[in-house]
Amino acid sequence: MKSDKKLIDENGKRLDGRGPDQLRNIKIEAGVLHRADGSCYLEWGGNKVLAAVYGPREAIPRHTQNPLKAVVKARYNMAAFSVDDRKRPGPDRRSQEISKVTSEALEKIVLTDQFPRAAIEVNIEVLDAEAGTRCAGLTAAGVALADAGIPMKDIPVACAAGKIGAEEKDGKFTGGFVVLDLGKEEDNFGNADLPIAISPRTNEIILLQMDGHLTFDEFEHALDLAVKGCQEISKLQKDALLRKYKSDVEVE
Amino acid sequence: MTISPVIKQEHLYKLAEQGKRADGREFNQYRPISIEPGIISKAEGSARVRIGNTQVIAGIKMDLGDPYPDTPNSGVITTAAELIPLASPDFESGPPDQQTIELARVVDRGIRESEVIDLAKLCIIPGEKIWIIFIDIHIIDYDGNLFDAASLAALAALFNAKVPISQPRLKSGFDRLIEKFPEAEKYVKEHPEDFPLPMRDPPISCTYVKFNNAIVVDPSIDEQEIAEARITVATDIDGDIRAMQKGLLGSFTVDEIKKIIKDSVINGSELRNKLKESVGK
Amino acid sequence: MSKSSREIVIPGHYLGELKDFKPGRGTLVEKGKIYSNVLGIVHESPPYINVVPIKGRYDAIAGDLVIGIVEEPMSSSWLVDINAPYPALLHVNEVPWNVDFGETEKFLNTGDSIMAKVLQVDLEKKLQITLKDRNLYKIRGGHIINVEPSKVPRIIGKKGSMINILKKHTRCRIFVGQNGRIWIDGDDKNVALAQQAIELIEEQSISFGLTNKVEEFLASRLQ
Repeated sequence: MKSDKKLIDENGKRLDGRGPDQLRNIKIEAGVLHRADGSCYLEWGGNKVLAAVYGPREAIPRHTQNPLKAVVKARYNMAAFSVDDRKRPGPDRRSQEISKVTSEALEKIVLTDQFPRAAIEVNIEVLDAEAGTRCAGLTAAGVALADAGIPMKDIPVACAAGKIGAEEKDGKFTGGFVVLDLGKEEDNFGNADLPIAISPRTNEIILLQMDGHLTFDEFEHALDLAVKGCQEISKLQKDALLRKYKSDVEVE
Repeated sequence: MTISPVIKQEHLYKLAEQGKRADGREFNQYRPISIEPGIISKAEGSARVRIGNTQVIAGIKMDLGDPYPDTPNSGVITTAAELIPLASPDFESGPPDQQTIELARVVDRGIRESEVIDLAKLCIIPGEKIWIIFIDIHIIDYDGNLFDAASLAALAALFNAKVPISQPRLKSGFDRLIEKFPEAEKYVKEHPEDFPLPMRDPPISCTYVKFNNAIVVDPSIDEQEIAEARITVATDIDGDIRAMQKGLLGSFTVDEIKKIIKDSVINGSELRNKLKESVGK
Repeated sequence: MSKSSREIVIPGHYLGELKDFKPGRGTLVEKGKIYSNVLGIVHESPPYINVVPIKGRYDAIAGDLVIGIVEEPMSSSWLVDINAPYPALLHVNEVPWNVDFGETEKFLNTGDSIMAKVLQVDLEKKLQITLKDRNLYKIRGGHIINVEPSKVPRIIGKKGSMINILKKHTRCRIFVGQNGRIWIDGDDKNVALAQQAIELIEEQSISFGLTNKVEEFLASRLQ
């Protein structure tokens, strides 16, 4: 896709004024819903995401039960009004794919063997979308799981990096900058997108997808940026949880 | 389904006999209401409404569309609701069930039949092209009384909405339209900027439930679970009745219904004032 | 109790070395280091280091007294909701009545509340409860409220100190189930007051001097 705007200038400044390794503005709030066992509201750039957790509770129907451990079911959904062209309600193929990779990432990090035959349901709802919704969703889901008191190895966090500004000449791409956290135009007109999710304590990668074109060096750089981004966001997740529950403690 | 203990029901019945409700409210008192318009940037209009712990978000999207054959010069409204699994341990994902469909249709009728939106003003090329308004209601936290919360959210979102005529995503649609119907160019010139929806004074819906001969407004989820009968009444600014919907298996006496209608005029006007305040009218 | 013992931690928070502590509740061990595995409060009871979860479903232990709500009467047993991840089974052999096959509804039906005891939790976390004990019965009258199971120890207090204050001042009968369900019976105004006091304890459960605060609150409201 071609854009008439330059996504990044010679000084490394991007369309929205960010430097190559800067995240968009992120705000996280834990425990925002009344009925859910755990919940989180997250704003990331123009993204607004709500995550809610129910469980652990008995998995129904019976045939979905695993006698040895809990099943983690994530459901990612975009509200009809969250995008430019109204989206018809209901899961489309993209949502189903994101639900699947998110479930798999979370199942790896939740201590599922403490709850045989149970289900832990994670609902991610995108209310306002602007590139990087799957990372926003998984990050919010991590906070919601902790808020629900679900035992986990760590709080999972996600972030994406990518490449923008490469130019095509005779079928070959030259130039281009590896940048952190693609914004809207960068996602539409960029050259590569690499969303990942990690366990921040160990830097273990639990989700990884990539599309576009990256050399091996570019990939290393992008991965490094994304992991650093995840570490920064992990602090915000922790702050959100402590802010919510620290108000219980009296200052002596 | 989460089972509610019978003791809870008996407790609420006992309180009702003494004219009390579990959360200390009067029979004709709403829980605290908050209305926040314009919270979704991608939507043409939006609002979040909280009634007690119940939370609903409504979003308005608009697009160019074809008119219905029997109303060739009017805009079109379509309303959908989603009771997403986020909102309650008892909501499942999947196609809308009867409860969801009833909610969408009741909110839709409240807007359509009352002609709150002047649809005649949303015609672009008579008989050919009009504006479609998509109203999408998202329930995100369920603690009773979805009808009133959803209706308020839809109305607040409509009052907040702007017709997106200057948006880039509609440019190609308009270009094609102008090719076919040169008079469309005049419409575009007459509306150089996004403009608010042509709205009239809205009817407001109020929901009541009956249990143990007590009739209370704005049922919490506990009250909804023990309710024998439920009724929603929409009244307009003149105190006239615009819509009614009864639900559940129990019954009301004629006198009870008359009293409810009188109460809903009062409750309705309180809500109408809150709505107008929040959208700055 | 040292102040650090009241620190709130998130899953993955480093607590200490395996050579210095024994890993207790709410912890996991990796490469000789102990981490929290849940959102909770650090509690040292040497040599153990534990994390007590702030939120979550009730974790059933045999011997616990719980308040259950009957979900479904079956032919020779009942399924009972005890706020655990799974419903508990109450078998006809575990009730003080003579129940014929298929007659379970006559004794306990959907929505009935019972004061029960956890009999057994097996390896697959299948739960069994019993009503066969002098102080266990079908509940009649009163009101049930729900709190986080993690707050139950605070509501009961050391050797019952907190709950005795509640009972004394409100003159209500109060029973606190380990599973976070509390039954209160008494005069309407006092039941509402007891409920407010319990909410106060829930909100401020990890602050110091709570017992005095609650006593003051109740005394002022009863003036």
